[in-house]
Amino acid sequence: MREQTKISIRNLTKVFYKKNSSVTALDQVSVDISEGEFVCLVGPSGCGKTTLLRILAGLETTSAGDFEIKQGKEDRPLQSMVFQERGIIPWLTVEDNVAFGLKMRHLPKNVVKERTDYYLKKVGLEKFSKLYPKELSGGMKQRVSIARAFANDSEILLMDEPFAALDEQNKFILQEELLSIWEETKKTVLFITHSIDEALLLSDRILLMSAQPGKIIKEIKNDLPRPRNIEQIRANQQTAESFIEILKHLHEEVQKSRK
Amino acid sequence: MREEKQAKHHNPVEIEQQEWKKRRLNDRLKQTLTIASPIFLLCLWEFLSQTDLIDVRFFPPPTEILRTFYNMIVSGELFHHIWISLYRIFAGFLLGAIPGIVIGLLMGLYSPVRHFISPIVMALMPIPTLALLPIIIILFGIGDFSKIVTIAGSVFFPVVINTTAGVVNIDSIYLDVAKNYGANSKDFFFKIALPGSLPVMMEGIQMGQAIALLTIVAAEMMGATSGIGYLIWTSYKAFLLKEMFVGLILISFFGYLFSLVLRFLQKKILPWR
Repeated sequence: MREQTKISIRNLTKVFYKKNSSVTALDQVSVDISEGEFVCLVGPSGCGKTTLLRILAGLETTSAGDFEIKQGKEDRPLQSMVFQERGIIPWLTVEDNVAFGLKMRHLPKNVVKERTDYYLKKVGLEKFSKLYPKELSGGMKQRVSIARAFANDSEILLMDEPFAALDEQNKFILQEELLSIWEETKKTVLFITHSIDEALLLSDRILLMSAQPGKIIKEIKNDLPRPRNIEQIRANQQTAESFIEILKHLHEEVQKSRK
Repeated sequence: MREEKQAKHHNPVEIEQQEWKKRRLNDRLKQTLTIASPIFLLCLWEFLSQTDLIDVRFFPPPTEILRTFYNMIVSGELFHHIWISLYRIFAGFLLGAIPGIVIGLLMGLYSPVRHFISPIVMALMPIPTLALLPIIIILFGIGDFSKIVTIAGSVFFPVVINTTAGVVNIDSIYLDVAKNYGANSKDFFFKIALPGSLPVMMEGIQMGQAIALLTIVAAEMMGATSGIGYLIWTSYKAFLLKEMFVGLILISFFGYLFSLVLRFLQKKILPWR
């Protein structure tokens, strides 16, 4: 392998057990993700993609198998997660939300301040730093969430459909903003999405998951040159074919799960 | 000329302006009604009792009550009762609310504690503290402290129950965020559990405040020699109904005042709501 492996997942299985019945959410998932790679995980609803992310995020345990996130620089947290819509804390100001990870790590005040200000500026929220989340729009809230994750400077970033609740215009804007921040830091990212366009715009590689039990059944390389924008995704012949391929796969999986 | 008139008629800003004026008028009418209602009641009362349509012995006219109120202030008698009642309410409120908050937080944070204590709380809650007054007097004497304990007992329950509910009902996504970003237990408490439970906890404190006022009057009716409740009770027994009404109005006034103060505090403590 040319690039260094950052995340390696081996035979990861997760079973949810409830009163004599069990559901296999993840079935022997194995995958390697390289340092600096942006990987999108696409699959039908309920295929266990969020479960996989939550396991990597330390919010859920595995039933069998294991995973490893390689530690690079010492004293860096392994991972930070960008949650879905409601992930920012309503009783903290924008500033304190962005600083949350850094404060939890009890870094020196000036470091916290410096990094918080940097990422607040990056996402264009420096004027709103003293506001509470109730005063923000949905797009601004997700900017806070993204700034919080990047400010924490962890080894990898996990993103759980961060733009799912946004309207289309906002979605395009935030996707491009995310790419521009990401290109600066080159973090390893695992990103869950429903949107094929989103996956094609953001990722280096797309992993397709099957319906329950969740497995990774296909991967699609996406080597469209960066920086990208949504027009290119729509205009490019190759991504157009990938779009159809992913769409067909999703249809098949949805049909299968209905039977 | 005709065209011009038509254009004027269809001016959207003007139409909206008229709508707005109507709405404003409507709002003012509602405000007036709100202010007018107690005044109307008082006037009606005054009129009925001045004209002997209702029994003046039971319902002395408000102006008479006001005069009695003034005389009691001048004589200094009233301040003594107010002061002692306020002292009992505050002390009892704190004695009930502080343990309520502490135990409620513990119950919310640690589920074994919750499962152990909640049956006890649930079993004791329906017992009116006033029914325990004889026991409280035996245990704590007939002085101030027994009144304070009675109030504390009444305030404790809504506070403990709401505080527990406040912690338990914090949206799990915030717990995930705290865990994902590596909050230790001290940070978790101060950044997530405490602020997250505050809105529901404050509602419990509001309820406790209202209950404290209800309790003080009843507690001072038994085995007390001072206080607003005592004033109401002795005036009633001596058939000094004007004095009794003064006591009732004081309770109503303080109830209103306390809830205003708490609502103000709520806005200060919870700017994010």
